[in-house]
Amino acid sequence: MDWLSKNLPYLISGVATGGQYAMIAIGYTMVYGILRLINFAHGDIFMVAGLVMVYASASLPLWLSIPLVLAATVALGFVIERVAYKPLRAAPRMSAMISAIGVSYLLQNVALYVTGGPAKIYPELPFLNNPVPIGSATTKMVNLVTPILTIVLVFALLWLINHTKVGMAMRAAAKDFETSQLMGIKINSVISVTFVIGSFLAAVGSIMYFTSYTSVVPTSGAMPGLKAFVAAVFGGIGSIPGAVIGAFIIGICENIIKGLGWTTFSDAFTFALLIVILVAKPTGLFGEKATDKV
Amino acid sequence: MTQNVLHLDHITMQFGGVVAVNDLSLDVNEGEIVALIGPNGAGKTTAFNCITGVYEPSNGRVDFLGAPMVQNHPQGKMKKLYAGGQAADYTGTVLSPTPDRITRLGIARTFQNIRLFSSLSVFENVLIAKHMRAKHNFFTAACRLNHAEEKRMREESMALLEEQGMAHLKDETAGSLPYGIQRRLEIARALATDPKLLLLDEPAAGMNPQETLELTEFIHEVRGKHNLTVFMIEHHMDLVMQISERIYVLDFGQLIASGTPEEIQNNQRVIDAYLGVDEDG
Amino acid sequence: MKGKNVQKLFFELVAIAALFCAVALMERFVPAGHMIFPVLKKGCVYALAAVSMNLLNGFTGLFSLGHAGFMLIGAYTYAVLTIPPEARGSVYQYYEGGVIQFALPWIAALVLAGLAAALFAFLIGLPVLRLKSDYLAIATLGFAEIIRALVLWDGAGPLTNASNILRKYPAFNSTLFYFAVAGFCIFLIVLLINSSYGRAFKAIRDDEIAAEAMGINLARHKMLSFTISSFFAGVSGALLAMFQATLQANTFKSAMTYEILLIVVIGGMGSVTGSCLASFLFVASSEWWLRFLDKSYPGVPFLRTGFRMVVFSVIIMIFVLFFRKGIMGSRELSDLFRRRPKKKEAAK
Repeated sequence: MDWLSKNLPYLISGVATGGQYAMIAIGYTMVYGILRLINFAHGDIFMVAGLVMVYASASLPLWLSIPLVLAATVALGFVIERVAYKPLRAAPRMSAMISAIGVSYLLQNVALYVTGGPAKIYPELPFLNNPVPIGSATTKMVNLVTPILTIVLVFALLWLINHTKVGMAMRAAAKDFETSQLMGIKINSVISVTFVIGSFLAAVGSIMYFTSYTSVVPTSGAMPGLKAFVAAVFGGIGSIPGAVIGAFIIGICENIIKGLGWTTFSDAFTFALLIVILVAKPTGLFGEKATDKV
Repeated sequence: MTQNVLHLDHITMQFGGVVAVNDLSLDVNEGEIVALIGPNGAGKTTAFNCITGVYEPSNGRVDFLGAPMVQNHPQGKMKKLYAGGQAADYTGTVLSPTPDRITRLGIARTFQNIRLFSSLSVFENVLIAKHMRAKHNFFTAACRLNHAEEKRMREESMALLEEQGMAHLKDETAGSLPYGIQRRLEIARALATDPKLLLLDEPAAGMNPQETLELTEFIHEVRGKHNLTVFMIEHHMDLVMQISERIYVLDFGQLIASGTPEEIQNNQRVIDAYLGVDEDG
Repeated sequence: MKGKNVQKLFFELVAIAALFCAVALMERFVPAGHMIFPVLKKGCVYALAAVSMNLLNGFTGLFSLGHAGFMLIGAYTYAVLTIPPEARGSVYQYYEGGVIQFALPWIAALVLAGLAAALFAFLIGLPVLRLKSDYLAIATLGFAEIIRALVLWDGAGPLTNASNILRKYPAFNSTLFYFAVAGFCIFLIVLLINSSYGRAFKAIRDDEIAAEAMGINLARHKMLSFTISSFFAGVSGALLAMFQATLQANTFKSAMTYEILLIVVIGGMGSVTGSCLASFLFVASSEWWLRFLDKSYPGVPFLRTGFRMVVFSVIIMIFVLFFRKGIMGSRELSDLFRRRPKKKEAAK
């Protein structure tokens, strides 16, 4: 009990971090599921969402700037896919991945240009920033809202994928890209929808994430992005529940390690976990095994 | 008495619940040309992959030149899943060499869907096969201390290309060659490993009757020149009936018949399973 | 065929000799403070890093993203082993002078820098080289991050100085030195690529399963390519340490790997010449030619600090999207001198 009360804050923030990672991880895992592409720019889309919020809230009221952030991020994700990935669809898989790295480089440099360098302070959102007492500790409201919001959104997404026509098209495309095209699925719109959903969730995640971390720099997206990707791999890339569970596990472990005073290693731990899982079970916790035909 | 080159002993290959090859036993003797036939999905290529180490069979043993080369028997959970029988017969150690070691023992193969090194030249494709028997290490090779060896490798490869009538193509990129020549190159490349046993996976796939006829002669010729034993998978019945001394027929992973071409042609089970339905010549 | 090879070699030697003469002359006649010298030095460092990455990514087809980690190991090995004992007290001021109290000659440290990186690569390669493309990329990326965290760890401080900078290690000011070291290493890599092992690497890149069926031991050859590539990455890291004169682990983030990867792609996967050319173009345009974009002029919109990198990354994206084969494709310098049959070009 004593241990629990001492570590409760870490546990709570771990769950919250996990929720934030989950929202980014879904974007990775969905894109990978369909295009077999590691969208390295996804973390930077997340960062851009943070910056848009900083600039929007400076001149607009909150009820306008939040929808604006969501819309802008979704538009960005859509445009990136159309401009940087679509032309490379027939090219070797590596080309698209390199293009993603290039987009990431571009977004970071644009962000550096726009901000001019120093970190931007994220606006304080009412309600989300309210302190909440839990047991003997206090935490911010955002830490409680995040996991709930994550779960609600994930269930909404799963419903979308399992019970709507576009969801069915997405599942078909993930299963077999070429055949689904032959079956008359408009593959371009399916991919666009995937990027739109991924970016939307990244935008929501960025609101939660930056509310607890408070400042945005051009490289802010890199680390959360990588970790979310690790979470997606951990859970079995291509699987949405896998990504979410992986994200929660990583978020919680990371914060416990921080709580133990090993902050330097919290990032390293995530990657160590990744390597262990890759070596032990390369397809992740829920991934499907694919065999090469000889 | 001719020597036994390849012996499959109760080979079973299971993928999850699917039994792709079920309890397959067969023999290939020295100097023979033996064919493995069967309808699509009968498990022929899987059998090849078990021999060449691409897959580890769920159960069974492969002997090469009289010595066990691949050996596996179900263990632990697999024992319960195992559908093939004979599980108790194998108590020997597990042998599962990687494909490269099997190639070094003297088994070369071609692939159903051509797998050339498409960005390399014809000459390099053949030359690569010589790499495995080279004695130098990466350091001496990089410092060019292996001059004599490199020269020998090049000469041998060139001689092989000349023998195959492909010397004029040596600087062409393998991927840009016409289909028929790619098939020939794949066989040449396999020969460059100095095999005792050559496994051909549908060598005549996609060839017209004329090309198939040429291939028949070619295989005969190659066998004589290189003292080979040939074990092949083929769909073209003309080719199979003309060339092979013995035929094994596989259907749904199970061996349903074996014998000379005449015996196979008259075997009712084979006709039912295969020839009667699927003969396209 | 013999004649063609001699001709090829001759062209290459002439080109290299001309390059060295040009650099030597430049050092004589161009004022020492000119922007061209740092650009050339950094270009050399990046050229070696890019060629070593190309050995792995372009020639062996192993998509690894751990390069920054191996460069970091090389850089730290070099710096830690060469700081003069009398300077250690001030460098390791938080760790009472650190644990190492000797200094090696620079050349020994340079070789050890490579060996240390190769050793780490070997240990990392044992588990991860079995992984397939994307998974290999992300696992090596992860390892690079772990290495960085280890170097930054306070407990390793007496050895690595943790998050404090390393300085006062010997560095060379001569541009020719960078050309000589990088040139020699690249020469070695080229020799390897043109040897029987290089052919085996290319075979693995083209088709792993066929390569294995040709008797090539995949595990051994992948490991070989990975460790050799890391060796030279380590050396390039040491060169980078010399170039920068001070060393901090946070320079070696995954962004650095991405930069080098982009250089390899722009130069052309599978072309050593391309990687070298692209390195110099990359460094020169990002640090020199596009500098004017960072200054603001009255009446010209957009131009201010940071615009240079925006333009630069747009240029890179154009390359990635529209010149997918890079500057050189998979051709080398000597191929440019050879006349190519017209028919083949048309067929493509």
